[in-house]
Amino acid sequence: MSSQYIVHETDVLIIGAGGAGMRAAIAASDSGSSVTILSKSLLGKAHTVMAEGGIAASLANVDSKDNWQVHFSDTFIEGVYISNYRMVEILAKEAPERVRELEEYGALFDRTPDGRIMQRAFGAHTYRRLCHVGDRTGLEIIRTLEDQLLHRKVKVYDEVFVTKLFTNEGRVVGALGLKLSDGVFHYFRAKATIIATGGCGRIFKVTSNSWESTGDGLGLAFQVGAELMDMEMIQFHPTGMVYPPGVKGLLVTEGVRGEGGILLNAKGERFMQRYSPKKMELDARDIVARANYAEIMAGRGTEHGGVYLDITHKGADFIKKKLPSMYKQYLDFAGVDITREKMEVAPTVHYQMGGIRVDPETTSTNVPGLFAAGEVASGLHGANRLGGNSLADILVFGKRSGEGASNFAKRSGFGSVDESLLIAEMERVKSYLNKDGLNPYDLATKLEDTMSEKVGIIRNGNDLNDALNIILELKMQSTKLGVDGSIRYNKGLLQCLEFPLMLIAAEAIIRGAIERKESRGAHARADFPKKDPQLRKNLIYVRAGDEMKLEWRAVPELPDDLKKLVEPEEY
Amino acid sequence: MDKITISVYRHNPEIETKGRFVDYEVPVEEGMVVLDAMKYIERHIDPSMSIRWNCMAGKCGSCSAEINHKPSLMCKTRIDSFRGKKVTVSPMGAFPLVKDLVTDVSENWDILRRIPPFTPKKGIEKPWRMSQIDIERSKEFKKCIECFLCQDVCHVIREHKSGYVGPRHVVKAASLDMHPLDSLNRSEFLNSEGGLGFCNITKCCQSVCPEEIRITDNAIIPEKERAVNAFYDPIAIIIRRSRKEGERK
Repeated sequence: MSSQYIVHETDVLIIGAGGAGMRAAIAASDSGSSVTILSKSLLGKAHTVMAEGGIAASLANVDSKDNWQVHFSDTFIEGVYISNYRMVEILAKEAPERVRELEEYGALFDRTPDGRIMQRAFGAHTYRRLCHVGDRTGLEIIRTLEDQLLHRKVKVYDEVFVTKLFTNEGRVVGALGLKLSDGVFHYFRAKATIIATGGCGRIFKVTSNSWESTGDGLGLAFQVGAELMDMEMIQFHPTGMVYPPGVKGLLVTEGVRGEGGILLNAKGERFMQRYSPKKMELDARDIVARANYAEIMAGRGTEHGGVYLDITHKGADFIKKKLPSMYKQYLDFAGVDITREKMEVAPTVHYQMGGIRVDPETTSTNVPGLFAAGEVASGLHGANRLGGNSLADILVFGKRSGEGASNFAKRSGFGSVDESLLIAEMERVKSYLNKDGLNPYDLATKLEDTMSEKVGIIRNGNDLNDALNIILELKMQSTKLGVDGSIRYNKGLLQCLEFPLMLIAAEAIIRGAIERKESRGAHARADFPKKDPQLRKNLIYVRAGDEMKLEWRAVPELPDDLKKLVEPEEY
Repeated sequence: MDKITISVYRHNPEIETKGRFVDYEVPVEEGMVVLDAMKYIERHIDPSMSIRWNCMAGKCGSCSAEINHKPSLMCKTRIDSFRGKKVTVSPMGAFPLVKDLVTDVSENWDILRRIPPFTPKKGIEKPWRMSQIDIERSKEFKKCIECFLCQDVCHVIREHKSGYVGPRHVVKAASLDMHPLDSLNRSEFLNSEGGLGFCNITKCCQSVCPEEIRITDNAIIPEKERAVNAFYDPIAIIIRRSRKEGERK
């Protein structure tokens, strides 16, 4: 096996082709930069296609009182006061324009009776705010952006896995990728690089995330010194499927509750009356998820360990029209007709609020030449994300990221990298082709089990410390992984390459969860059940040698005009 | 625990000239789909088996294959539908093989690049208004998850080098043509460059679509008719001719 590789040059390199990556590619291309976008899966298959409910944007088409200020305050308050205010402000102000632009790119949203974009209710949004396409909003976004991308001068390489980022004097200057279909290495020289690889949900056993959401970009960025933030904040979606086993964790859209679905326990009680009498099923996700969990733990769960989600009272026509893919999903996978029967649901790992720390204006990281957008970036959602805000996020910050990287590229040249480093990296990749190595799937399963059992929806110090020890042990073993076969389309090899990056995400989540001795938003500690005013801070994760160090940093203070929009935090 | 035998097509074109079916025994769980069985093989028997999958929920269209020789999504084909009989899983036959179950479907993006993009009518007042009923037709086509099973089943693509773009791409063009605010007519592209005339409406594509898009009825036939109306209708030809003459005068 020779160590040959193909070299490409591009102003802006984008790693990840979900909504954020594609929106960034369009923006960078429109700003006059040459653009290359890499995707781990086939183009158009990214996890964004799984998004169902809608995009939050205060168009005020349905509720005329809505505006960016209300969207700002909803998002900031439900982020439990640790969001970066400027990111929230940008999101709230720019989301409507991004939605209209998407429509001008060809997306077809559902309509109001007078022909404007329809908006639906969603958890903890004061007004009906989610622009949607039935329950397939993510697919519409991906297809629309893909269409735009294919008709621009953007180079697309799909089924390429980036194994490492390269730096020169601290600046990111390129990335090495392995093309799965032929096993050929590609080195992409770039003036600016955007990480848009999505979240790390697949490090958990029960998750709504696609196969590819293994937190690769997060790990790659951390390895070159990018700071992470708020990693302890992992969102559990209240409603994932529980049965049959093959689809355990698969998402049941919040749109079901948005359209009038109610939650019941096995005794038939509408239990949200006890947990949140005012907002009921449409309270923030952390609250509804913990309520579902508490009912199941108290022995009031269903046959397969969930609670019931019931929308049968809305009638078959309404359900098939408003929630067509949920109807099909339950019929195909569980043999349940949701127009006549209740769904069984339980919390499932859904979203990583934390991620790479970025500048709100340009999405630049602390590492020169490196940018991040979408789920892999942090700051916007704080301790809890509202439904619909992630699709708004990928459009708003995807665009800013593309422009930010493009501007950076215009001011910078290419940086060089010592060829011996590239060769060493290729050798590392190939060293996993060793049939006597440890089975990567066995180790990944151990990681997933550990995260779901010990770093779950309610956490405690003992379990977290256990989990940390297991992760550190897995880290030692991760150098001894190996698989049989050749380098060509070898998914086992890919799992070997992903695994060390999955461990970085896992280690950060656990260390942060140990450090944050309070319960705030998605992070709930049984041993510290209260919110602590002293800990209204962000946790920053810094690479120090081969170690991960944690620092507390103050949340940026709100300027007076924004302070007026939010109630002071209550303890 | 019950077991089922899955016969998987294995072929590494780098080192072998021919492929072969290899049998694997997989324990059966309730509600299991073919993809679960394949993941079991991948995890516990042979991690080097090449297979493509992503969302596991019928939403991304990655895990397309031929199951008992019928183009299907692995994630949506239930094991219990085979009642314990042996199941064969092989790659899509209409596309070049990469390895084992993985095929090279990249030509589809080359075709998508050739389809004229969404081009809104000029001077539409903002924000745009459209009525729900007008977007329903296009919305049916937008359910497409690009699994390319319709391309795989199409005998025109499999057996003839005709230049026909295939059902997926007619659906794409139709989704744009039937957008209420689009200004182009892609039927000319489809019927000339796109080789739509080669489709003899056997409706195979429609029968394998996991999204149940009525590809032939609602996309292919209307696009064929549009072309006929626009280019071959004798009355339309006379009207066009007289209009042109009128313009000349």
